[in-house]
Amino acid sequence: MTPLLTILTVVPAVAAVIALFAGNRAAVARGIAFLSALISLALSLEVWFGVRGGQMKFIERWDWIPSLGIEYHLGVDGLGALMLLLSAIVSLMAIAASRKVAKQPGLYFALILLLESGLFGTFSALNFFHWFLFWELSLIPAFFLIKLWGGERAGPAATQFFVYTMVGSVALLLAFMALFVATGSMDFETLSHMAATGELATAIQGHLGSVSMWLALAVLLGFAVKVPMMPFHTWLPATYSKAPTPVTMLLTGAMSKMGVYGLLRLALPIFGHQLAQIRTPLLILATLTVVAGAWAAVVQRDLKRVFAYSSINHLGYCLLAIFAAALPAGPQTAANLSQTIALDGAVLQMFNHGLTAAAIFWFLTLLEERSGGRLQIDGFGGLRKPAPVFCGLMGIALFSSLGLPGLNGFVGEFLIFRGAFPLSWLSATISVLGLLITAAVILTVIQRVFTGPLPDRWKTFPDLTTGERLALAPALTLMFVLGLMPQLLLGTINATMMHLLGGWRF
Amino acid sequence: MLAYTIYLSFAGALLLAVLPKRLHAVARVIALLVALCGLAVALAGFISAGTQGPVAVANLPWIPAMGIHYTLEADGISRVLVLLTGLAAVAGILFSWNIGDKTDDRANEFFAFFLALIGGVYGVFLSVDLFLLFVFYEIAIVPKYFLIAIWGSTRREYGAMKLALYSFAGSAMVLIGLLTAYAVVGGQTGNYSMNLHTLAQYHFSTSFQMWAFPLVFTGFAILAGMWPFHTWAPTGHVAAPTAASMLLAGVVMKLGAYGCLRVAMTVFPHGLDPWGFSFLGIDSWRTVFGLFAVIGIVYGATVALVQNDFKFVIGYSSVSHMGLVLLGLLTLTQIGIDGAVLQMFSHGILAGLLFATVGRIVYERTHTRDLALLNKLQLSKAMPFAAWLFVIAGMASMGLPGFSGFVAEVQVLIGAWEAFPWFAAIAGLGIVIGVAYTWRAMQRVFFSDHPAVTADGTPVPIPEYEPVTWAEKAGVILLAGTSLLIGVYPRLLLDVIAPAVQALPHALLTGGRQ
Repeated sequence: MTPLLTILTVVPAVAAVIALFAGNRAAVARGIAFLSALISLALSLEVWFGVRGGQMKFIERWDWIPSLGIEYHLGVDGLGALMLLLSAIVSLMAIAASRKVAKQPGLYFALILLLESGLFGTFSALNFFHWFLFWELSLIPAFFLIKLWGGERAGPAATQFFVYTMVGSVALLLAFMALFVATGSMDFETLSHMAATGELATAIQGHLGSVSMWLALAVLLGFAVKVPMMPFHTWLPATYSKAPTPVTMLLTGAMSKMGVYGLLRLALPIFGHQLAQIRTPLLILATLTVVAGAWAAVVQRDLKRVFAYSSINHLGYCLLAIFAAALPAGPQTAANLSQTIALDGAVLQMFNHGLTAAAIFWFLTLLEERSGGRLQIDGFGGLRKPAPVFCGLMGIALFSSLGLPGLNGFVGEFLIFRGAFPLSWLSATISVLGLLITAAVILTVIQRVFTGPLPDRWKTFPDLTTGERLALAPALTLMFVLGLMPQLLLGTINATMMHLLGGWRF
Repeated sequence: MLAYTIYLSFAGALLLAVLPKRLHAVARVIALLVALCGLAVALAGFISAGTQGPVAVANLPWIPAMGIHYTLEADGISRVLVLLTGLAAVAGILFSWNIGDKTDDRANEFFAFFLALIGGVYGVFLSVDLFLLFVFYEIAIVPKYFLIAIWGSTRREYGAMKLALYSFAGSAMVLIGLLTAYAVVGGQTGNYSMNLHTLAQYHFSTSFQMWAFPLVFTGFAILAGMWPFHTWAPTGHVAAPTAASMLLAGVVMKLGAYGCLRVAMTVFPHGLDPWGFSFLGIDSWRTVFGLFAVIGIVYGATVALVQNDFKFVIGYSSVSHMGLVLLGLLTLTQIGIDGAVLQMFSHGILAGLLFATVGRIVYERTHTRDLALLNKLQLSKAMPFAAWLFVIAGMASMGLPGFSGFVAEVQVLIGAWEAFPWFAAIAGLGIVIGVAYTWRAMQRVFFSDHPAVTADGTPVPIPEYEPVTWAEKAGVILLAGTSLLIGVYPRLLLDVIAPAVQALPHALLTGGRQ
């Protein structure tokens, strides 16, 4: 069998090296990156269509360091494959959006491709060692992209980003080392199987004493920083707003999903029982993330910061669904359906938010290019007169973010609330506030930027060129397609989630 | 065959010592050739022995009347460390290639001392007769002193003297312990011997081991930079010329850790047993030294975080990294000791790379190590090679996966989880601080936010420095490539280390845990 997942991970890494040689020839570097991203997209589509049902597919398994229980173990189910697809799409969009790279284009595109490779590796690894390698690997290019190509005072923002994530990573690392001590395995499937049968709890108790909860918290911390869950979010607004906008597309579109993915792939299967025990405080934090994230977006003046906080809010819904589904064991046959729906919603929301947020930041890139770097919300107004197409198309992305039925954003959020209400009506009810505030945020942006009096200096604001329209068209079409036919994705997601839930024990 | 690493180095040292002064430009070539031959021998020995157990290297009577033999033997641990020594020697010479450009460099002497030091280090790693080991150990101290005192910088006499005194104090402690053991075994069995295997097989009374173990362990651990006896390390590293810092951190500190494992822990394994009482939760020498190791990890990292001299940052980071080695050894688990040995190798490579970046590539060009001054030089633009090099070396040093340090740290942490979970958690804190100090140094030195424009709007000119030489590039490729190779495929070393650790005396792997 062709090692498709390995190829998928290697292609961008090799392309990164080639792009490096392009040096200062921007067009060449961008062409290489674009071509590589197209190949990756084709491969990830093949993976996505190859995954049916909830089972792991495309498995590759070799010995790596046997004495440490480390294997080269790859495989994807619906969850992994969807994330691979999303990473490929967002990377392609980010490369397409990077038309004006201030300096060293060869290096810039090499780092973007390396980041893509890191994402692919993270979403396809099934052994902790291997997974952690890519989890950290993706951090390095992200750091340099922010630091070297970011706006003013990008250095401190990049450092804050790196150090925060690193603290989470070390906590994760320590927890998995402890798991290895207790079980002798670093394999996700083995560990989740042991957790489901209760062997894991016995092993941890026997080797290390009553530390299960601490380990669960350490793992949770690692992912809470990455998603981010409030109150671990403070690195995000600075990072998203200082990073070059195409890089922010990757950060919010794909990298933030690594945290949610980690919760679904590692935290719930392995520490489901512990997380279920602290479900109430977690739900409170998730609700806080939803509501406070949205509220913070209201008061921002910088458009990038507005959508940075809006990202926190949108991923808060995923957290809400995941924690609501972590129902302590009991007579729960009736709840089973709701759990599945909530998790389906969470996964779909990951994809939708990735697509939509990347599109919105793409529009911000275009806006930035036209305004000479200015993105203050009050600096614009009435743009729909000089640039009707720009405003119309960006409006589609904005309404998708708002959750308008018919566009992709709606379906995921609907499923999350449908699933979460029976499981935790209180947190779901409060979280509805988040929807309302987000609507207010988006409408405010539309009002301030697109309508109102047109300042003199924007009288000649150039509209989208034909090339830009064509480049944006696929992403926007996808929003409609997924809004109207969510079953394109939902079938496989649902099968995967049913399969996963069947194997978990809370 | 491996014995030729020792002979070659000493022969080279001798040759350089008698080389006419006017041939100062040839000295480095000779030294490089000798070091390359040493590396080739070490590599050949490493490969040909494969995963098998101890390989006999030499065995001749030396002072038969006292039962002292010239016995050399290489098990997996020795072979790995000999390989490290070979790599560090070649890299050290490559990064000292500028010594010999001028007549007053005293290049001949420099490289003679350098090779003598290397020869001593090879000898320690290969000796089975403890008297012989001790002789080599002492041989290594002397050239170290001169390398620092003659070619060093910042307070070199002080640094060299402090290092020598600490080393001699440590060896005195080791010597007392060894001689007592020698006398006890000889008195009881009539068979006077300094052979490691003979001593390890003799059952010393537990009460004897209880005082001999801490004595010998501390003696060696001083050289490994164990807190609170670490203070020689940063000053010594800073004072030393680049090649000497690379060797000092890269292999000499490993001598200490190697001695802890090979001598103290192997001969006196029951010194690690519980005392039978507990004071503040401390119930054995193992906990005491484990605690020292963890304090060293966190303390070294914390102090590195506030240094203003670039070289001190790296110097203290060595203390922190060596703490991980000692912690791994004291876990007394297969995996922890595997990790400790791998960490010795990994740190040897990475410390060399870091000191080369700081001392040779940056300092020799900018003539300052002050973080505040370097901050103003826009080094990421003026010296992109150095900037990227430090990024790579720093990331490897902070334990990012893909580099050798990660695999080693992971194993030490796993072992620590089994042995002392609290220490594992604290060591994790040390790793986070490790990220912070590396980051801080990188930001300050290379990627400063210092404005590139002066107050009146003219851009500050980017300083020009001499280009990176081929020797520097070769050294970087050698060290960084090794770290990456081991990080991605650690089995190259682990398959050799693991059987050797497994073959350590049974009492060691169960000591302290009855």
